Amino acid sequence: MESTIERIDYAEVGLMAGLEVHQQLLTRRKLFCKCPAGLYTTKHDGEILRHMRPTLSELGEYDGTALMEFKTKKNIIYLLHESNVCTYEMDDTPPFLMNDEALDVAVEQCLMLGCDIVDEVHVARKQYLDGSIPTGFQRTAIVGVNGKLPFAGRSLGIIQVSVEEDSCREVTDRGHLIVWRTDRLGMPLIETVTAPELRTPDEVAEAILLIGRVCRTTRHVRVGLGASRQDVNVSVRGGRRVEIKGVPKAGWARRLVHGEAIRQVNLLRLQRELARRGVSKTSDLKIEHRDVTRLLASSQYPHFRAESWDAFVQQDKRRPGFELGEGPFCVRAVKLCGLAGTLAWPTQPYHDFSHELAGRVRVIAGLDQQPILVSSDRWPDYADSRRELGRLRKHLRCADGDALVVVWGPEADTVTAAQEIALRYQAALDGVPHETRQPFADGSTDFERILPGPDRMYPDTDHPPVRMTRDRVERLRVALPPPPWEREPRWEAAGIPRQTVRYLIRRGGAELVDLVVRRAQADPRRAGMFFGERWKALRRKGLAVEKIDPERWVELFQAARERPVLWEAQDAIGEALARRPEQPLAETLRELGLDRPVGDWRGTLAERLRGISPPKKAQADGAWLRRAMGAVMPDLRGKVPGREVAEAVRALEPSQNAKGARS
Amino acid sequence: MNQPANDPLKGYRGQARAALERFRVRVWSEVRLTNDAGSVFEGVILPRSETFDDLHVVIKMRNGYNTGVHVDRIRAIQELGYKEAVYKIPEREFPFNAGLPKVTLLGTGGTIASRLDYRTGAVIPAFTPGELYGAVPELADICNLTTRKLFGVFSENMSKDQYIPLAQAIGDEIAAGADGIVIGHGTDTMGHTAAILSFMVQHSPVPIVLVGSQRSSDRPSSDAALNLIHAVRAAAYGDIAEVMICMFGPTSDRYGLLHRGTRCRKMHSSYRSTFRTIGDIPLCMVSRSRFDYLTRDYLPRDKTRKVRIDAVYDDRVTILYYYPGMKPDLVDALVEKGYKGIVIAGTGLGHVNKPLYPALKRAIQQGVHVVMAVQTLWGFAQMYVYDTGRDLLDIGIVPLDNMLPETALMKLCWVLGHTQEHAEVMRLMRTPVSHEITEREPHNGYVILQGGLPETEEFITSHWK
Repeated sequence: MESTIERIDYAEVGLMAGLEVHQQLLTRRKLFCKCPAGLYTTKHDGEILRHMRPTLSELGEYDGTALMEFKTKKNIIYLLHESNVCTYEMDDTPPFLMNDEALDVAVEQCLMLGCDIVDEVHVARKQYLDGSIPTGFQRTAIVGVNGKLPFAGRSLGIIQVSVEEDSCREVTDRGHLIVWRTDRLGMPLIETVTAPELRTPDEVAEAILLIGRVCRTTRHVRVGLGASRQDVNVSVRGGRRVEIKGVPKAGWARRLVHGEAIRQVNLLRLQRELARRGVSKTSDLKIEHRDVTRLLASSQYPHFRAESWDAFVQQDKRRPGFELGEGPFCVRAVKLCGLAGTLAWPTQPYHDFSHELAGRVRVIAGLDQQPILVSSDRWPDYADSRRELGRLRKHLRCADGDALVVVWGPEADTVTAAQEIALRYQAALDGVPHETRQPFADGSTDFERILPGPDRMYPDTDHPPVRMTRDRVERLRVALPPPPWEREPRWEAAGIPRQTVRYLIRRGGAELVDLVVRRAQADPRRAGMFFGERWKALRRKGLAVEKIDPERWVELFQAARERPVLWEAQDAIGEALARRPEQPLAETLRELGLDRPVGDWRGTLAERLRGISPPKKAQADGAWLRRAMGAVMPDLRGKVPGREVAEAVRALEPSQNAKGARS
Repeated sequence: MNQPANDPLKGYRGQARAALERFRVRVWSEVRLTNDAGSVFEGVILPRSETFDDLHVVIKMRNGYNTGVHVDRIRAIQELGYKEAVYKIPEREFPFNAGLPKVTLLGTGGTIASRLDYRTGAVIPAFTPGELYGAVPELADICNLTTRKLFGVFSENMSKDQYIPLAQAIGDEIAAGADGIVIGHGTDTMGHTAAILSFMVQHSPVPIVLVGSQRSSDRPSSDAALNLIHAVRAAAYGDIAEVMICMFGPTSDRYGLLHRGTRCRKMHSSYRSTFRTIGDIPLCMVSRSRFDYLTRDYLPRDKTRKVRIDAVYDDRVTILYYYPGMKPDLVDALVEKGYKGIVIAGTGLGHVNKPLYPALKRAIQQGVHVVMAVQTLWGFAQMYVYDTGRDLLDIGIVPLDNMLPETALMKLCWVLGHTQEHAEVMRLMRTPVSHEITEREPHNGYVILQGGLPETEEFITSHWK
């Protein structure tokens, strides 16, 4: 795409990014009710239908986001399953008192992140009118503030950490109907908000990984798909904070942040271009729209014809009053005076400004039949297409510099769409609008909603404040494991590869390394490689190594300090321990025959090797030795060092003797 | 804890109050507070609930969150400004539309609509037509609305002093030509008020509709606006000129139900669809666009009918919820304290234990009027079936058939406001005014679906709750 800036200097454009990292906590129950946490279902046995209505804010006006979300006129269906939701999630029962286990884990997390724990936790309601939470708000409470993390040779500020309830999972969103599954709703999570101190896409990805490791250090957080999600806030100098919501992986963040930086730079260029054309205030914008359904009734472009709309509605099973908006099918042309060329203005890589309009129209007007809209800047190619565009332009009395956008769908929605197109151009006069954007795997984003501000927060009158005593904080503090920035250099210095170090912290085992080093004076590298690498192998075999009592590992490292040969049987021992996790190590070693010195193995060696045929000429060197070792080692592994056995076996290798005999 | 209404340290006492005084800041001060860990909290000092401890100062921070800072950890508070919360909703004039019916909304307390003050987090009730129009603009398409605030009490505090003026106000509004009346009411005792109004206001020419909400109107998911829309529609256009309750039918946003005032009960502490007609079916389904009448057995709207306001009430009446092992001295104590009427919510068909008989007999002999309703809520008191019932009839306890216990209580209060003469009291009690006793219980008047059963599961899986 011409004039797309693919490379930018992040420092030069003043890139600033911060994170809101959401991490589910590992608790048995949800945050405000007694439902089990982490029990996901794909079926449902009940449904409810609801709508959201904005509440009046201070000046008798509605909060910007709330108003937008109300305009979308969404019908909201919640899918319920008896196994994981109760009447609390349905918003038909007030909250129960906050789950103490969750609050403890949240405090632990805050302490790991270097935060000051607040003295009294107040539950707030954060409004969301998209239906993702049936109450229309998320219950959330600040637990810690003012934290710091060592990061990239400096420190990264943690503004606050809050404990909050997770939202529903979206099932479908078609037209005016959005369907949510409620299983995840109400699960406890923490939101960690960093200062906007990240300067490059790489730093953003690295900070996500670091916070992930900090969170996982306590082992009290959930892992797996969707257990941690981050919102990435991005702005460039002169732009505005845009929130890229729900980035599932650190790896995605690089391209997303890069793309957003470019998008903002391009939107600022568009702002200057509009000003150059004499369009800098709302009153300079001349945007009007007209119903052109009849004019285009026999168009060769299928979306303009009522019968193809009817077919789409029928095929997609869209019902009036649910998915379908109000009014008859309508094609509406929006005339944008003096704005020709702006629809093809580049924004994020591979997208142009018409994509910004389409996002708004899809979300707010509920018109979602792809491509959502067509514009005169990139008019589709079909039979008679140029002449049809000409007729339209004439019908709307377009001058050369005017642009046209055409939308189609239920009449009321096309009117909303035309209004939204005008509003998006208004926002363009001001550069970059505050938005929440949805990320995609290809690194692009699309409009999700207008970014809400502090105006949507208010106290939860259903829940009393919770006192957080210093005793409770200290009790949790003394039990904390060392943070990653303490372990990582220590272990790397001991010779454990960085990748293994990070695996230990992310996936568990870190605490065992420290345990066996402390209790069994284990060699840190040996311990790190064992829990970092051997464990991985045992896990892949499907063994529940995490169920093994840590005492067993202490016993193993103690025993192996006296008899290092035991390491040669580490897989067999690991498997045996996983099968009998409560049994003392001595017992397991006895069952494996590893508890006693082996008898005269050398004496019987020749006898045992008799069955192995001498090497043939064609065979590579060492083939016989491998077969010989394979025959004798199962009995000797962990009892006699393999090196010693190999020497003794090699001494008996028949081919050498044979060679000697021939010469 | 008696602090003046304009207390600048509202709700703060003891140590927290002393701390605020020491740092010379007040409620609504915009401050920068620093604690012993060097954390800085910038925001507004909020009033504190007097039921909370005296150890914390509450700040609403710039990001909208509230937090409490322990007084021992405060190192400095710097006042940056001061801005008092404004507990008022800017009004928008309710548009007058000559073609629309006139509806009067009578307020008893609680909030039908409200707005939030985001700066302080306060919830401010909306009540005047202008305020309501701002909150629920759809009302202007339904009617010309006038509002009258009668009291400001929570529904559990409603009693004689409210019931009588409320009934009289209804009479006034009907006389003034209202096409329908809506009463905003807390839900806890809405059933009681609906029952007493059914006796105090008879032969109404227009609908009288009680409405409230189970989720307060400061929540986006509130049922308040839709309930209000349904109620105002029922008052403006509905055909049923009786005292009714209008609340959610299912918990989904679908339709409201109009329940007869004497036969309705709050059946769940928090569900939206909490009100149920007991022992009968509801009168009508009402939605934004239609009425679906479920019966023709009601008093139709007729502007020529003359209302009879009969607002009398004797509150020396109680309800005795019988339980196994109840002691007779409880009955004696009621008589001794001057109670004139006792509604027994008896077990089964209307029973109490034998040791109570002498006490009940003494009570009746001393002029106390004792009636029997059933604590099963559904079904009739049929005291001729078992010996126990026959014994109680002999003592002089009068069965009230399928009158709900709370309705019986309200009716006895009303009847005793007219007469103390036993036979007349009992004649009036047994003569239905507004379906409080019905002759027949239809088989669909008792439907409590039992979850878990295959047929119920099939139903609730395929229908919105």
